[in-house]
Amino acid sequence: MTGSGLRSWLLSDEPTSRHHARLASLYTGWLSLRANPMAMLGLGILAILGLAAALAPVLAPHDPLTQDLANRLQPLGTEDHLLGTDSLGRDILSRLIHGARITLYIVALVAMIAPVAGLLVGTVAGYAGGWTDLILMRITDIFLAFPRLVLALAFVAALGAGIENAVLAISLTAWPPYARMARAETLTIRSSDHISAVRLQGAGPLRIITGHIWPLCIPSLIVRVTLDMAGIILAAAGLGFLGLGAQPPSPEWGAMISEGRRYILDHWWVATMPGLAIFSVSLAFNLLGDGLRDILDPRESGH
Amino acid sequence: MSLIEVDDLRVKFMTRKGIREAVRGVSFSLGRERLGIVGESGSGKSMTARAIMRLVPRPGIIKANHIRLEGVDLLDLPEREMRAVRGRRISMVMQDAKFSLNPVITVGDQIIEAFLQHNRSTRAQARQRALEMLDAVLIRDPVRVMRAYPHEVSGGMGQLVMIAMMLIAGPKLLIADEPTSALDVSVQRQVMGIMDDLVRDRGMGLLLISHDINLVAEFCDRILIMYAGRIVEVCEAGRLFGARHPYTRGLLNSLPRLDQRRSRLSVLNRDPAWADAPGVRG
Repeated sequence: MTGSGLRSWLLSDEPTSRHHARLASLYTGWLSLRANPMAMLGLGILAILGLAAALAPVLAPHDPLTQDLANRLQPLGTEDHLLGTDSLGRDILSRLIHGARITLYIVALVAMIAPVAGLLVGTVAGYAGGWTDLILMRITDIFLAFPRLVLALAFVAALGAGIENAVLAISLTAWPPYARMARAETLTIRSSDHISAVRLQGAGPLRIITGHIWPLCIPSLIVRVTLDMAGIILAAAGLGFLGLGAQPPSPEWGAMISEGRRYILDHWWVATMPGLAIFSVSLAFNLLGDGLRDILDPRESGH
Repeated sequence: MSLIEVDDLRVKFMTRKGIREAVRGVSFSLGRERLGIVGESGSGKSMTARAIMRLVPRPGIIKANHIRLEGVDLLDLPEREMRAVRGRRISMVMQDAKFSLNPVITVGDQIIEAFLQHNRSTRAQARQRALEMLDAVLIRDPVRVMRAYPHEVSGGMGQLVMIAMMLIAGPKLLIADEPTSALDVSVQRQVMGIMDDLVRDRGMGLLLISHDINLVAEFCDRILIMYAGRIVEVCEAGRLFGARHPYTRGLLNSLPRLDQRRSRLSVLNRDPAWADAPGVRG
């Protein structure tokens, strides 16, 4: 089939099968995402990030951990060190590329833990009501009352520094907004007729929550997760900067900024390059999240 | 022995303004027959049905001397056993399938789930049963409908799906709360007919709740007329037009009839005294 033939098949008004209709609606979604240049910019940056993380050993010109004290603090554009070297003579570009892996690792883990925990707490609170609701929501309020980074700091300080603990701490501070959202959704779903109908069939609370309320809550949570990614990256970088996230030799972006901080006046690129990386990746997540929300959430795209 | 026996059922709501009784002392028994409950909005007919299932919205309280299902008092059962009664022995079809089916789960999965809720079997067997059930409610292409989401089926078909779902566990009693009110008149009779055949073939009891007195008269053996939370008249469906209670007469007179020429329909007058006067047996 030619390219234009495939295109007209995808845009046909009369889908010939269920499969066809689904592909066509995916394709129109993709088209409207493509019409949004900002979202495409975000997607592009994230594609580069993903590629860098996947192919880090191939792409990186040097080993990110090899020190070369004779070549320390080389400026941008030096021969063989495109983005210069840091205070121990390590190639900054290679470190950034390897750091992409750590960033993605943290983001992916938090994005898997926090929404699930929030969904669990929120739907149980919303469905059970009464005392259960009161207790769970007050616990949520306690978590919400602290600034996110401060609470994460406290957790990491208690658990010990390290990437896994940073993930855990960020997840612990990230779930309350999801819990509130899930609870609000559950309250409206709970009183709907189809929930009464499954209760009339004799379904218990567990089956109703997992089988009938979760599927309805998940779309709005997904949109929220994509918009939360930037916050997660910043929190991870913040912990790294304070020395509580990934530990020194590992090329975590926040830790790199922290190392470069001492030379910021004379050798500005050491701190700036990882800073730019954090900035562009969190911006990219926000742009893509916005674009995705416009497509996924029909309530927002009413125009 | 009658299938279900309700004695002096009361449903109370504690509100800030005091206790409001939505159902005030309703008693009836139902065998393997078709019983209709007719009444206007707020007369307590839906509350009666929900009280039998023990699913009255909070803060409602159910009080009764007994609600016996085949001799077992449902009010004494712990919640866990009550869940086994719902769907398995009594099930209920609600008004609008659009709202009573989960919008993000396919029709097939919902029927299969209803079956697995009360039966230990493999998913493949459950699927087979679901297909048979859809076939039994005269849906032409069950395989296709199984894969459809609720918004992809028509209102009438949705209601048939609902009926299939509620009958799949083989209940003894089906409560139908305004099952056809959301449907076109032309589809109403069809859906009622299919439901009626199924109920009769399986020897079940049917409790049909409706505000459409003609529909109830056509599909039921006996009719209860409710007014302000009480039963004001009980009569055989065939003798409906010989009803004696002024409220029933008023209901009948306010409907147009093909065999009587009238220049003007009478208006339904309500007498507050009926709310407390004893009921009439037709």
